[in-house]
Amino acid sequence: MRPYSKFAVVSVMIAAAFPAFAQGTGSSTMAVEQPWARATPAGAKTGAVYMTLDNKSGTADRPTGVSSDVADKLQIHEMKVENGVMKMREIAGGLSIPASGSVVLKPGSYHVMLIGLKKPLTVGEKFPLTLTFEKAGNISVTVPVQAMGATQDKGGMGKMDKMEMK
Amino acid sequence: MRARQWIMAALAGLFSFTAAALVILYVVPFRGVSGAPTTTSIGGPFTLVDDTGATVTEKTLAGKPYTMYFGYTFCPDVCPTTLLDLSRWIKKLGPDADRLNYVFVTVDPERDTVESLHTYLSSFDKRIRGYTGTPAEIAQIAKEYRVYYRKVPTDDGGYTMDHSAVIYLMGPDDKPITVIPYQEDDASAIAKLKNLAAPTPTS
Repeated sequence: MRPYSKFAVVSVMIAAAFPAFAQGTGSSTMAVEQPWARATPAGAKTGAVYMTLDNKSGTADRPTGVSSDVADKLQIHEMKVENGVMKMREIAGGLSIPASGSVVLKPGSYHVMLIGLKKPLTVGEKFPLTLTFEKAGNISVTVPVQAMGATQDKGGMGKMDKMEMK
Repeated sequence: MRARQWIMAALAGLFSFTAAALVILYVVPFRGVSGAPTTTSIGGPFTLVDDTGATVTEKTLAGKPYTMYFGYTFCPDVCPTTLLDLSRWIKKLGPDADRLNYVFVTVDPERDTVESLHTYLSSFDKRIRGYTGTPAEIAQIAKEYRVYYRKVPTDDGGYTMDHSAVIYLMGPDDKPITVIPYQEDDASAIAKLKNLAAPTPTS
């Protein structure tokens, strides 16, 4: 009986700890940093969320799903302009985050596309979003909405985007 | 010394590459592969409807230079960025801004109705007009302006659009002057628009 009761106590402790863990910005192996979304034009049915995914583990990981109440469907897309043509695709096989490496989702590159936006995103509001990783599991973050003209989270170096060679 | 020479060589190489890429991307489409200006190959007659519900043709734009951009409202990134850039440049042009017309043509006429275009454009400079039409009418104007677009189905049964992401700058006589590529810096874009607004824009 005694080992069982110990197990029960530990189980309760884990269960109690889990909600707090889920609301953080990362797990022990993956950090979701500086998430932000861009305010959307009136009536827009799509939007984009940006962030940095920082893999602190020694093995590559990838998000297998993204969910949020603000839209019907969320997908990670790659956007690029080739020969003056804009192309946007869902990433086949998922976006791989290399071992001990990071991937930046930003305007003009990767983004989480919000498909079927339930209402426009307005500056100053915040919404929850959950990423599910193959290895790191579920990570929930709160996404602030920035001005439509923003190029990066206000905490970051907004000028960097402009300096990049295309 | 050696390191500095390497850096200079690398920079020179990068510069040449960028210059060549720019020429290929933005000059060749206007001049054709022969190098001779083929100014008649961009623009042409069209009949569409604008976001106020009014019928518009190439004559609606006659006599005033204009900018024309092709996109769609379900576009999460490049279209709002471009329309926002254009709105900022229009504001910076000051009184010159009213010498130009600004047109956003949808490449997704099935979803972009008169009403949805009007609502969408209310978030940008009010001088930007939206044009839509039947799929055949959009195909015709895209062909005339040498705009590439393609519907790309997604796994969930929806679709996105691949499309040319440059802004065309057209003279008052429908002569193509230049283009503003995606993410052009403000100073260069405004200089191009100021030139377009001049009594005789130079290409």
